[in-house]
Amino acid sequence: MQRIVTRVAGEAGFYLAIAFFVVVTTFPFYWMLITSFKTNPDLYDVTNIPFWFNEAPTLEHFRYLFEQTLFARWLLNSLVIGLCVVAITLIAALPAGYSLARMTGRNGEALGIGIFLTYLVPPTLLFLPLSRIIANLGLQNSMWSLVLVYPTFTIPFCTWLLMGFFKALPPEIEEAAIVDGCSLFGAFVRMVIPLSLPAILTTVIFTFTLTLQEFVYALTFVSSSAQKPITLGVATDLVRGDIFFWGEIMAGALIASVPVAIAYNLLLDRFITGITGGAVK
Amino acid sequence: MVTIAEPGTKAASRFRYILDRRETLGAIFVAPAILYVLLLVGGPFLLAVYYSISAYTIYDPSWRFVGLVNFAQVIQNPVFLKTLGNTFLFTFGSQLLGLILGKFGAFLLMRPFAGRKIVRALIILPWAVPIALAAVAWEWMFDSLYSVINWSMIALGIIDRSDAPNWLGNPHLAMLCVIIVNAWRFFPFAIVIFLAGITSIPQDIIDAATVDGAGFWRRNYQIVLPLILPIVAVGLIFGIVFTFTDLSIVYLLTNGGPINATSVLAFQGFQVGIVSGDVSHGAAISLFMLPVLLVVVIIVLRFIRRREV
Repeated sequence: MQRIVTRVAGEAGFYLAIAFFVVVTTFPFYWMLITSFKTNPDLYDVTNIPFWFNEAPTLEHFRYLFEQTLFARWLLNSLVIGLCVVAITLIAALPAGYSLARMTGRNGEALGIGIFLTYLVPPTLLFLPLSRIIANLGLQNSMWSLVLVYPTFTIPFCTWLLMGFFKALPPEIEEAAIVDGCSLFGAFVRMVIPLSLPAILTTVIFTFTLTLQEFVYALTFVSSSAQKPITLGVATDLVRGDIFFWGEIMAGALIASVPVAIAYNLLLDRFITGITGGAVK
Repeated sequence: MVTIAEPGTKAASRFRYILDRRETLGAIFVAPAILYVLLLVGGPFLLAVYYSISAYTIYDPSWRFVGLVNFAQVIQNPVFLKTLGNTFLFTFGSQLLGLILGKFGAFLLMRPFAGRKIVRALIILPWAVPIALAAVAWEWMFDSLYSVINWSMIALGIIDRSDAPNWLGNPHLAMLCVIIVNAWRFFPFAIVIFLAGITSIPQDIIDAATVDGAGFWRRNYQIVLPLILPIVAVGLIFGIVFTFTDLSIVYLLTNGGPINATSVLAFQGFQVGIVSGDVSHGAAISLFMLPVLLVVVIIVLRFIRRREV
């Protein structure tokens, strides 16, 4: 009897701890969700129970977001920025990752570590000189400045990730292709790339989410509303005067968060393999 | 492939000869990435160093060399000293909290149970979702009037409506808030890193230790922890570097206030260098992040080298 009680108490404690973690991590998102569907009188009444609807839910905030603000434009900006950065990143990181994975000896190792370290150079150390460079290029206040700057962190990141993936690919595959008459370059294009498509897709999606998550460069370089990416627009542009319109802000944050959350969860395991690939192997 | 002697293929074969040499192709392959990084990370970095020892502002873009005057002026500013202290408090406070929560969470998620996949998906959210958006949600939760946290505490009878805390308006509470939000954002990453490390340990090592009579704690601290240390170190380095140089949480939640209580180096560099346009002093402030980053980098390199031996 004693043992059963201890066991049940242990189980209950375990699930309570799990519940605690889930509540801590998800509550702000639940709060986004419920705020974005509440009417304003419901939101701004301290006597209401905040956790649930006291009045009928409304789509008013979403309607406002798409009709009265530049929200749709920000979505489009983010899409364009993301796609361009993905293209630039792939062109540079795919061959670099492969080359570093196959490079033997001290040089390859040193270059790989060097690339990894540049990923650790923070935006807040570089934003001052970069803002001057962008001003000189005439790109200030334009989303194209972000297309130029974002590859500075996506290229190192993706090179590192792809290097981990390519290391796991046996070199015999290319050697076989070369024996069959392919050039080394041909082997890379015809054998290595098709065989690594899942890894490349992971890289593409992660690059895209990195561009969505970025805030510091966007804040520094882009101040005109029509050029802002979604994250910056929602976080800084939905305040009218000094008044925060929480319904709209939360609705915007919700829409921008969902795709990133899904992408991360689908690809998490592959991502972890890639990022720790250099560290464990 | 059958080679037919034609003028066109002759050029192609010479081209092919280049592409067949491993070293040449390898160099061509890394060149674009290295160039991009050199031009837009290496170059700006040197430029930042030069700004910090010049008298450059956006109104007077002179390149006049002034030596260490900017640094001397920055150090004498009491706001800067406060900022420096805040940065360390913010970084180590949130990393410590994040690591404790991360270790504990990983420990819970190691055990298989029904719905583990869903729980993991939910726990990962704070790290996945853009921090600027989550920070705005927290700002709304810390609202001076409609704070859901205060509402709950009043409803539970913990506090009275008349003395409900103004989370972001009180200097000490504001610091606590930015630390909590950053730890909240970081700890799912710590969980993932811990889990990745633990699952990479072959089960037979654990079994062998158990057979040899190692108890739970001994297995945990003398076998598991040393084995996962390289992965945890990488995770911690990411955490420290990105927290120490972060600006978005402070910018969005408190804007450095109240009265500079939550101002951190990156934020101060932004305020001085971008908002006020005093590029040289802003660069000097930002460069104070460098020694800490260097120490971190040296530790990583040591780690990697020791692993090789």
